[in-house]
Amino acid sequence: MKPSKLARYLPTGRHAVIGIPFLWLFMFFLLPFIIVLKISFAEADVAIPPYTEIYQWADNKLTLLLNLGNYIFLTEDALYLSAYLGSLQIAFFSTLLCLLIGYPMAYAIARAPKEHQTVLLLLIMMPTWTAILIRVYAWMGILGNNGLLNSLLMGIGLIDTPLQILNTNTAVYIGVVYSYLPFMILPLYANLVKHDLSLLEAASDLGSSNFNNFWKITVPLSKNGIIAGSMLVFIPVVGEFVIPELLGGPETLMIGKVLWQEFFNNRDWPVASALAVVMLAILIVPIILFNRNQAKELEGRP
Amino acid sequence: MKRFSFSSIMLWVGLVFIYLPMVILVIYSFNASRLVTVWGGWSVKWYVGLLDNTQLMNSVMRSLEIACYTAIAAVALGTLAAFVLTRITHFKGRTLFGGLVTAPLVMPEVITGLSLLLLFVLMAQLIGWPMQRGMTTIWIAHTTFCSAYVAVVVSSRLRELDMSIEEAAMDLGARPWKVFFLITVPMIAPSLAAGAMMSFALSLDDLVLASFVSGPGATTLPMEIFSAVRLGVKPEINAVASLILLAVSFATFLAWFFAHRAEEKRKKAMQQAMDETANPSWQQVVDSRRNPSSN
Repeated sequence: MKPSKLARYLPTGRHAVIGIPFLWLFMFFLLPFIIVLKISFAEADVAIPPYTEIYQWADNKLTLLLNLGNYIFLTEDALYLSAYLGSLQIAFFSTLLCLLIGYPMAYAIARAPKEHQTVLLLLIMMPTWTAILIRVYAWMGILGNNGLLNSLLMGIGLIDTPLQILNTNTAVYIGVVYSYLPFMILPLYANLVKHDLSLLEAASDLGSSNFNNFWKITVPLSKNGIIAGSMLVFIPVVGEFVIPELLGGPETLMIGKVLWQEFFNNRDWPVASALAVVMLAILIVPIILFNRNQAKELEGRP
Repeated sequence: MKRFSFSSIMLWVGLVFIYLPMVILVIYSFNASRLVTVWGGWSVKWYVGLLDNTQLMNSVMRSLEIACYTAIAAVALGTLAAFVLTRITHFKGRTLFGGLVTAPLVMPEVITGLSLLLLFVLMAQLIGWPMQRGMTTIWIAHTTFCSAYVAVVVSSRLRELDMSIEEAAMDLGARPWKVFFLITVPMIAPSLAAGAMMSFALSLDDLVLASFVSGPGATTLPMEIFSAVRLGVKPEINAVASLILLAVSFATFLAWFFAHRAEEKRKKAMQQAMDETANPSWQQVVDSRRNPSSN
């Protein structure tokens, strides 16, 4: 091969290979956030589209008008603050629950015989490919006042009046843990299956107990898996809309639901944008943490 | 071992927790009674009734069409991104690129949905496109977040691959694109299929993004279901939901099965080829067996 020909060919091909996905993601993922930021400084208006322009060009003068009203509005109404706190609370505790349930499951799969592992993994993975909407809907039929669970409990005489579970935060927790459990298990498994079991044997030979082995060796080694799994649950749950909408009640305040209502019911695009900007500001630290963790995984670094 | 049994029990309890609600949903979709909790015997009338519901059927066709286009575009885009991430280790903006590829995995859908809609509105104002939001805008939204999933699946496969085969082809004078299509793509085909399946399913399921970027007359199946579900549990919805569950489970199982079989075959064939072509000296055969990952 003539090196000169190769040298001439490579840069263009290389640029196209990098450029196409880069441009697409820039255009349809990064740029939109900048527009959200811009519109969060606009004012709601009865027009199409329903917001005012933040800059004007008139008489050779460019005026930039940043309206902070939307952000001030968010701090004035206690609803928004409690919605953010509610979201964070639900996301935090459901991540913890997913970790407590998912870790033993991932551990069991990673230690199962090799030929069983793929089947078990498929069983865990399959639900993530079917609609979250449908899986949440299935719980509506189970948890309702005259749903399956209440009929069962009343049938065996455990309770006399139906338990109010649907439209409470309990139902939201059940729905979130149920929907996001696979996202915790998969990265944990990917991490646990790579562990060198001889370390545990060595520790046991030196007299370490099983629990000590687990706590001092397995858990620290699976740090990256725990971070990846927790972020895959925590970050999307903070903005979750479907689960609180269908399973939650009036007491369930979550920011995803509030944003949806501002946008679709009140048609207040600037306030919805401001809500999104604040949500993103809260989530940016976990997202960067996740990205760095993911970059390590993608490049195969420890 | 005590701990092993505890985690195994958790695994089975967890699996029951994951699957029981879906099984119950499917069983109750065959309930003849209109009341959700009263069992009125087996019946398929809710399924038959679906066929007459033209609005629902239209949304099914629309969703399937979008899912098809999404799968194709997401695999192309995601594979390119994965290739860049695993094979081109140094270029300006690599960290930003890595972030852009993985962030859509976790970004809350309400944020992506809202921001994409605002982008489309602005674009319509500035360049007059898209004039009307609908299938194209939903397709763009789905492609963007599905390609992130494809990139993760494909890049993990690309990392496992033995680069020496690509290098050998390159040394023999094949152009990079030829190496990619004739060597790399066949080797990562199972994960491309998995990525396509995944994108198809994710696109078929998505409610939030579609609700934001859709326009009049472009109602997808999840949007249709959502507006009905909001009002409570209904037997017709049980039937649709069961159909989707069964179809997706069946399709994922098939995809997994074929990918798995292809992989086994490929491994076997490679092992065989190695054994046949290897220098028959005793040492080399032992080496190739002892260290199969380097084959």
